[in-house]
Amino acid sequence: MVEKALKGTKRYWTWIGFLLFLILIGFVSYLFQLKEGLGITGMGRDISWGLYIANFTFFVGVAASAVMVVLPYYLHSFVQFGRITILGEFLAVAAVVITVLFIVVDLGQPSRVFNILLYPSFSSLLFWDMVVLSGYLFLNLFSGWYTLDAEDKEEPPLRWVKPLILISIPWAISIHTVTAFIFSGLSARPFWLTAILAPRFLASAFASGPSLLILLCYVLKKFTKFDAGKEAIQKVALIVTYAMLINFFFLLVELFTVFYSAIPDHKGHFIYLFLGSNGTGMLSVFMWFSVALSICSLVLLIRPETRKNESLLPWICGMVLVSIWIEKGLALLIPGFIPTPLHDIASYVPTLPEVFITLGVYGLGGLIITGLFKIAIEVQKAKEKGI
Amino acid sequence: MKRRDFLKLAILTLSGISIKPFAHLFTKPAFADISIQRTNKGLPRWAMVVNLSICGKKDGCTDCIDACNRIHNIPRITNPKHAVKWIWNAPFDRVFREQSFDNMNEGLRKKSVLVLCNHCENPPCVSVCPTKATWKREDGIVMMDYHRCIGCRYCIAACPYGARSFNWKDPRPYIKEIDKGFPTRTQGVVEKCNFCEERIAKNLLPACVEACREGGLIFGDVNKEDSEVRKILSTRLSIRRKPHLGTEPKVYYIL
Repeated sequence: MVEKALKGTKRYWTWIGFLLFLILIGFVSYLFQLKEGLGITGMGRDISWGLYIANFTFFVGVAASAVMVVLPYYLHSFVQFGRITILGEFLAVAAVVITVLFIVVDLGQPSRVFNILLYPSFSSLLFWDMVVLSGYLFLNLFSGWYTLDAEDKEEPPLRWVKPLILISIPWAISIHTVTAFIFSGLSARPFWLTAILAPRFLASAFASGPSLLILLCYVLKKFTKFDAGKEAIQKVALIVTYAMLINFFFLLVELFTVFYSAIPDHKGHFIYLFLGSNGTGMLSVFMWFSVALSICSLVLLIRPETRKNESLLPWICGMVLVSIWIEKGLALLIPGFIPTPLHDIASYVPTLPEVFITLGVYGLGGLIITGLFKIAIEVQKAKEKGI
Repeated sequence: MKRRDFLKLAILTLSGISIKPFAHLFTKPAFADISIQRTNKGLPRWAMVVNLSICGKKDGCTDCIDACNRIHNIPRITNPKHAVKWIWNAPFDRVFREQSFDNMNEGLRKKSVLVLCNHCENPPCVSVCPTKATWKREDGIVMMDYHRCIGCRYCIAACPYGARSFNWKDPRPYIKEIDKGFPTRTQGVVEKCNFCEERIAKNLLPACVEACREGGLIFGDVNKEDSEVRKILSTRLSIRRKPHLGTEPKVYYIL
């Protein structure tokens, strides 16, 4: 089936060329980072994780959200999702590759990455994250690929594919839970030390991932003849609505405990996030922007007239995406580190090479999505012609 | 592959493997052998007491910090973001914020307090490390393997004391004079205070303790009943950093 991704219009190849350009910029910047060290980024001794880990967390969510189309389709036989389920699985594949790359570019000694396998430490959540993420990658790649392959050959799917798909459903929950545990088990960082973190991660994942899927469907509809179907898109939008509501509720629950209990160690991080400190308030501007986008998108999603408006929906999905990218990206990471264990304030601004490397990783993820989606669409097109 | 080539390769491989048991004859162990410290009373438990009524009497004294920096090849990087610190000073109300309040003795509140790795009994950095590049020795010292560390910085996120430093760039150009007795580090790995395990192995006190001529730092084995640290801890009121986290620091402060 791979050959299907190698035939395309001029526009297709221009898009591929653009992605390759992003990858090239990222790669050159990465070589620079390899040589000079992570000091070329905006990170430092106080804020020791930044844009890379923020993106890692966000894209684990995107990967996990595939379950939101897989579950209704396979467990509840929701046939309207027939066409986008495969897209959801392939989006998960690309998202997992993106998360792995963000971890690798964040390492100080990437050549030693296999020490995680040579000297595995079962008490480390990073070890378990590696286990669940690689498992999830293969589950989605195999189940998506062989379902499509069977469709292409007009045969019934192989017998072992269905069990893989069923396993992938709880597995999706596990990848985001383990990712939340990376943070929520640290006594050193009261901002993350909260049992609601894993539920929050899942809620925001089920809002952001499906939003991205809707946006991709709009793009496909515009540039290819693929149509996911109005009903399917609307159902996904409904999932986004509920997930967004639950996510916002979880945020308020968190804020209640922190501010009513008023423990200084916990409060300090939230005050920094929402109000900044001594003029270092750029992050709080972003956070308020994220909150505003959350509320606006919620209003538009809850009202049926606006949610069902096909020309408005992509904008709403865009708002959800940006809002959550901020909320569980830098707004999750930076306040975890600030105030520091010694109660200091430090600032973090990503540098240009750091941004380029991030764009390069996006580019590679985009390339994988483009290739896999192209194959999926060609197969479905051929099938429809046959009928 | 030809039969002949296969046999050649097999012989080479086998001879390679047979050399391995003897390889240690040509290398030095990377870390001091703690069996030297075994006494008839079992393993020692190293601890340090910082006497704040003595420490800092000499204004702006940094003897202990300088000694540590010198023998451990610690780079002097001026950019605070990239600084590497094993032992340093921080104001009392930052180190012990839960013990600071309005109207407290202003001198104490702003007093410089020495901070370093606490060599916790329950070190969070050790649990989170995905490669066991940091581990707790049998005698309680929390160690770092600079050659195994992949530089993920999870331990930095997990340390409640900010005691760990990452090499954001190659540290070697920033070392004034390299001490051949201790390894320098590469960029991209984490490091921290090692309680001078390389000196303890030679029955020497940690460099900071030795450098303090006022006697403000006391080091010893708390498992030994007649040790000075044990005597101080059993007779005087001492405080530790963030004791509520249950990490059980082994650096104690007396006021």
